[in-house]
Amino acid sequence: MMEFMEGSHAVAHSVKHCRPEVIAAYPITPQTHIVEALAEMVANCHLDAEYITVESEFSALSACLGASAAGSRVYSATTSQGLALMFEVCFNCAGMRMPVVMSIVNRALGAPLSIWNDQQDSISLRDSGWLQFYAEDNQEAADLHYLAYKVAEDRNVLLPAFVCFDGFILSHTYEPVDMLTQEQVDSYLPKYTPVQRLDSADPISFGLFASPEYYMEFRYQIDQAVKGAAKTIASAGREFGEMFGRDYGDLVESYRLEDADCAIVAMGSICGTVKDAIDEMRKDNKKVGLLRLRSFRPFPHKEVRAALSGVNCVAVLDKNVSLGTKGAVALEVRDALYGQQVPVLDYIIALGGRDVRKKDIRAVVDMAGQGKGDLFYGLRQELVS
Amino acid sequence: MTGESCGLFEYGHRACGGCAAAMAARTILDAAGKDTIIVSATGCMEVFSTPYPDTAWKVPWIHSLFENNSAVASGIVASLKKQGRKEKVIALGGDGATFDIGILCLSGAFERGHDFVYICYDNEAYMNTGIQRSGATPYDASTTTSPAGKCSMGNRRPKKDLPMILAAHGAPYVATASVAYLPDLKKKVEKALATEGPCYLQVHAPCCTGWGFEGEKTMAIGKLAIETGLWVNYEMEDGKVTRVKKVVRKPVEVYLKEQRRFRHLFKPKPNETEIAKIQAVADRNAERFGIDIKLKK
Repeated sequence: MMEFMEGSHAVAHSVKHCRPEVIAAYPITPQTHIVEALAEMVANCHLDAEYITVESEFSALSACLGASAAGSRVYSATTSQGLALMFEVCFNCAGMRMPVVMSIVNRALGAPLSIWNDQQDSISLRDSGWLQFYAEDNQEAADLHYLAYKVAEDRNVLLPAFVCFDGFILSHTYEPVDMLTQEQVDSYLPKYTPVQRLDSADPISFGLFASPEYYMEFRYQIDQAVKGAAKTIASAGREFGEMFGRDYGDLVESYRLEDADCAIVAMGSICGTVKDAIDEMRKDNKKVGLLRLRSFRPFPHKEVRAALSGVNCVAVLDKNVSLGTKGAVALEVRDALYGQQVPVLDYIIALGGRDVRKKDIRAVVDMAGQGKGDLFYGLRQELVS
Repeated sequence: MTGESCGLFEYGHRACGGCAAAMAARTILDAAGKDTIIVSATGCMEVFSTPYPDTAWKVPWIHSLFENNSAVASGIVASLKKQGRKEKVIALGGDGATFDIGILCLSGAFERGHDFVYICYDNEAYMNTGIQRSGATPYDASTTTSPAGKCSMGNRRPKKDLPMILAAHGAPYVATASVAYLPDLKKKVEKALATEGPCYLQVHAPCCTGWGFEGEKTMAIGKLAIETGLWVNYEMEDGKVTRVKKVVRKPVEVYLKEQRRFRHLFKPKPNETEIAKIQAVADRNAERFGIDIKLKK
C-alpha cells in the first residue's frame, strides 16, 4: 500500500515487519526517528521485542552481538560518531559471524563536528566484514532491510549487514513508499533459526583466542563469505522482485548507460539528482549515463567492469575521502577497470551536507570531458587558497 | 575445599600453577551448574581457557571484547527473556576489564537492571598484558607501569571502591569474596544467582606471577590479605552491609613482605612511613566494616 512517509518511519516500519526480537539503540542525529518510532511500537504492543536502551552505541552493538549469539534476530541503527564508537564491535560481529542488521543513516564524521550527510561513516568500516547496501530513495531504504536480513541470515553468508541511506536527505524527507504488509514480509523472510547459539543443552564456546596457526584461516573464510554473498543477494533480490515487483537482484543499477560516452558512478540519494541531470544533458545530446552501486560490500567488480566496458570516461562521485589518497568508490572502480584504458576521475563531493544540484553534475561531466578530476569539487577557493 | 568439583571448568587449561582466577572459575561453575551462560571479558582467564581449538568451558561461553562483557550479557539476558529460556547469565572479568575499561558498560547494565551476575576476579593489575597498574591496584604496589624506583614508591593511589559504586546503582546484592575461602565464594555465587536483578561479586585473586610469590602460596596470601584487613569479605543487600568476615588482625607487614610487588618497602630497611600509610588503609577498613574481633583480656 502506498503511504506518504518520512524515510526514518518507513525504515522503522519495515524493521518492525522483520520481527526483530531484540533491539538495542542509542539516540544520535539523524538516526533518532527510527529508534523513537520502534520504541513507540514496543510501548504500544505493536512490536513484540525486547528493547534495550543502552548507555552508548558501543553497548548497543555489543548487546546485539550477545542477543544474536543467544539466538535472536537483532536490530540497531546508528550514524557517524556512533558507528565510529562501534568500530571494535563491528569487526567482532563479522568475525563471530553474527547476522546483525543495522541501519546506517549516513552522516559526516568529525572533526569538525557536522551532523549533516556524507558517507564517510559506513565507508570507513569497509574493511570490517559487514555487507554494505546503499539506498537511493526511501522505498529502497525500506526494502533493503528485508533483503539484508534474508542475506545476512543465509547459512552460506552469516555476516552482519549495514543498510545505508543518506541522513536528512532521505531520513527526514517524506516520499511515497509502498509498504508491504506483515503477511507479505512473513512469506519472504522466515523466522530466524540460528545455525548455532549459546545453549546449555549444547554448550559451545564463541570468540576463542586464535594463535598464528589459525587466525588467517578465519579471516580467509570471512572474506570468502563476503564475496560469496553476491550470489545470495542476487537470488534473494530476484525473489523479492518476483514477489513484490521491485527487483534487487543486481548489485548495480545502470541508467542510460547503453550508449554513453561518459559514465558517472555513485551511491545513494545523489543518484536521483544525477539521473535528472543526465536527462537534461541527453536533451543537449550529451551521452552521459549512471552506474549506481547498491552494494559496496561485496563490491561488484565484474558488474562494474561489464557496465563500464563501452565508455570513454568515468567520473566517480565520492561522498567520502580516504584522506591522503582518493575516495573509496573511485579506488574500487579503478581496481575493477584495471588493465583497461578508460580514465577514472574522482570527485570528492557533498561532504558534510554540502548541497549538490543538477548544475554541479553537469559541471563534473564537463570537467571529466576535459580530463580534469581527482579533486574536491566545489571548494570555496577563498577559504583554501 | 568445596568437595569434588563438578568439572564444568575442565582441567588442562593453560593458567599458571596456583592461579587464583582458575580456582575462582571452577568454584563459580560448581555453584552455578550447567544451565549457565558465561560471558568473559578479554584477559588472562579468557586467554588461558580458550586457545582455539580448545576450550575449558563445558557450559555455553562467549568472549567478544575487553570492555563489553556487561553489554553482551545485557543482550543475552534480553534474548533469553524473549525466548522464555531460564539459563543464568554470569559475566566474568578481571579488574582491568571491570574497574577501568568496562565500567561504562557495567554501569549501564546495572542501571538498566538486567538479571545477571557480574563477577570480577580481582588480581589488582593488568596481568594478561604483563602486570600494569589498574584502578584496582593497591597503594605502593610496584607494577610495570607504576614501578618502584629512586623517586617512586610504586602505585600512588589507593584501590577504587567499585563494590560501593555498584551498590549505589541500586544493585540488590553486592559482595566481596576471596579464593582463600572457596566455600564462602561458592555460597555467595549461589546467593547472587538466586537474587533477581544485577548482582556484583568481587573476588580477591592473588596472582603468583604478577605479585611475586610461589604458586603454592596463593591461598595463604589470600588469607593474609583478609587477616590484615587489606581485603574485607562482606555482603551488601539493598545497599546495606549485612555480613562481614571478622578477624583478629595482623599487622600489614606480614602480608606485604611475602610479595615481590612490595619488596621495595623493605629494602634496604623497612620504610616506616609507607608501611604506616598501608596500615592506615587496613585500619580504615577495620573501622568502616567493623572487622576486628575484640579479644578478652
